[in-house]
Amino acid sequence: MDTSKKAKEEYSKIVDELTPKSKILKDVFRSFVSGGLICVFGQFLKEFFLNGGFEKEEAALLVNMVFIGIAALLTGIGLYSKLGKFCGGGTIVPITGFANSMVSSSIEAKAEGWILGIGAAMFSIAGPVIVYGITSSMVVGFIYYFVK
Amino acid sequence: MSCKKIGQTLFFEKEINITSTSSFAGKKEGEGPLSKYFDFVSDDDMFGESTWEKAESKFVKLAFEKAVEKDGSKLSDLDYIVCGDLLNQCSGTVFGTRDMNVPYFGVYGACSTFGESITLGSILIECGCGKKILAGTSSHFCSAEKQFRFPLALGNQRPLSSTWTVTGSGAVILTENGKGPKIECITTGKIIDMGITDASNMGAAMAGAAVDTIVSHFKDTGRDLQYYDVVATGDLGYVGRDILIKYLEESGYKCGENLTDCGIEIFDREKQDTHSGGSGCACSAITYCGYFHKKLLDGDIKRLLIVPTGAMMSSTSGKQGESIPSIAYAISIERQ
Amino acid sequence: MEYLKVFVTGGIICAIAELLIDKTKLTSGRILVFYVVTGCILGGLGIYEYIENFGGAGATVPLTGFGYNLAKGVMKEVDEAGFLGIFTGGFKSAAGGIGIAILFSLIACVFFKPKSKG
Repeated sequence: MDTSKKAKEEYSKIVDELTPKSKILKDVFRSFVSGGLICVFGQFLKEFFLNGGFEKEEAALLVNMVFIGIAALLTGIGLYSKLGKFCGGGTIVPITGFANSMVSSSIEAKAEGWILGIGAAMFSIAGPVIVYGITSSMVVGFIYYFVK
Repeated sequence: MSCKKIGQTLFFEKEINITSTSSFAGKKEGEGPLSKYFDFVSDDDMFGESTWEKAESKFVKLAFEKAVEKDGSKLSDLDYIVCGDLLNQCSGTVFGTRDMNVPYFGVYGACSTFGESITLGSILIECGCGKKILAGTSSHFCSAEKQFRFPLALGNQRPLSSTWTVTGSGAVILTENGKGPKIECITTGKIIDMGITDASNMGAAMAGAAVDTIVSHFKDTGRDLQYYDVVATGDLGYVGRDILIKYLEESGYKCGENLTDCGIEIFDREKQDTHSGGSGCACSAITYCGYFHKKLLDGDIKRLLIVPTGAMMSSTSGKQGESIPSIAYAISIERQ
Repeated sequence: MEYLKVFVTGGIICAIAELLIDKTKLTSGRILVFYVVTGCILGGLGIYEYIENFGGAGATVPLTGFGYNLAKGVMKEVDEAGFLGIFTGGFKSAAGGIGIAILFSLIACVFFKPKSKG
């Protein structure tokens, strides 16, 4: 097999041609509908808690709590991965997807024990989100401190 | 060693026969089209154990012992066990064989391990180092996903080019002057890296190695595809097979119905949602040990070229942006 | 009408993620990081506020909302605590969500075992 740079480029072209493409329109539509519906449910919950006399921030936290609880349950019984297969971005991006990444990593590591397994693996996917979320918040805070 | 070596291909002088095989298949494989050919089908991927890794080792033990039993011999008759799997430090087969009390060689060839084990086993016999050798391998969808990809319960989507790691274990018993299909010659592949980095398109990463080994095999032996009743690659899947065909035809080898892939044979693409096909060490192993071996015994196939393929990346090399080096072994097996 | 706005806003944010997955082969972990950082920056620039005002939960439920919340939190803390607020504001605003997620992950581990797919 010719493994020169030119042959590799040619190979990569052929691979692109012969690799089936995902049906983008269908995938995007499913994500749109499923993600939209999750958010509508979030809005419903938020109003429910606001009407129940909670402050805006309290209501937001309670909404998260419900979402994370549902995601944890669905992940545990193995349903979230099935939903994710169908909904794609629609179940990855909402807060439920964040919870799913933590719960799935944790359960997977159960065999390695509570400390070195679950404790260490819980943030294997969510960790970078926290690291770069907090870092960007510090950048925002730093700039805000000087320009406000 | 008395064998003849032409190019990359070894022709054995001794009569090396596959005197028995055994195949253990997981639940999904047992629901596939080859179901009836396997010795065992588990209905539970945990296989009564507490971890995926323990389950894998348990069915390694079962499959290896079954192969010895079907051969009508005992573990103590084995001169060597040559085996390996996908897990770090080949722990799937190490833990599975630790109570067997047989001299052991652990090999790593990723999904091509079945080919590598048979190759080294045959060479040992040819050299007179042994008369009866077990060559085997295993893989488990869950333990492999855990090590190489994502948690099982993560809600991500598998791309259409991705393959499904076969859960199972297969073993062959190689015997000098035994009764059964004969290992006629073997072409050992080189590491080929065509620059593919997409870990969810392993068929594309490995197709280059398969082309290289098959073309070398044809050149060394003066044969072509039509010489064999079946040429079966290990786990290229649909995507890899299409690339293989394109390159083989470009090199002047006409491809027909007799070119297939174990990853295509083992699952029903439409019903089982496996996308590009099956993969993993057990893919070529149980497809041979269950299906092709039976076809050879029954005389439906007289000459088989099986080409287990392997993508030799690690979970670290992938993160570091390395492309995926691959390998393929071509093993010519003839009905006696 | 209110709910339609929520649906469309949330839907579009999720659809963009799917487009990224299909087009760039980014894994979900990278998408989540990208979303949080984007939300935080848009929050800092004062743009995300408009999206929230329009789309409500459609803007806050996706992870960009989490990033937006971090930006809001850090700015509020800088207002109240000054310079040191830069370091504490983000974590303070995220504390509730992360705490709940940790607790629920542990609880899930008590009750569930890993399951095979397919």
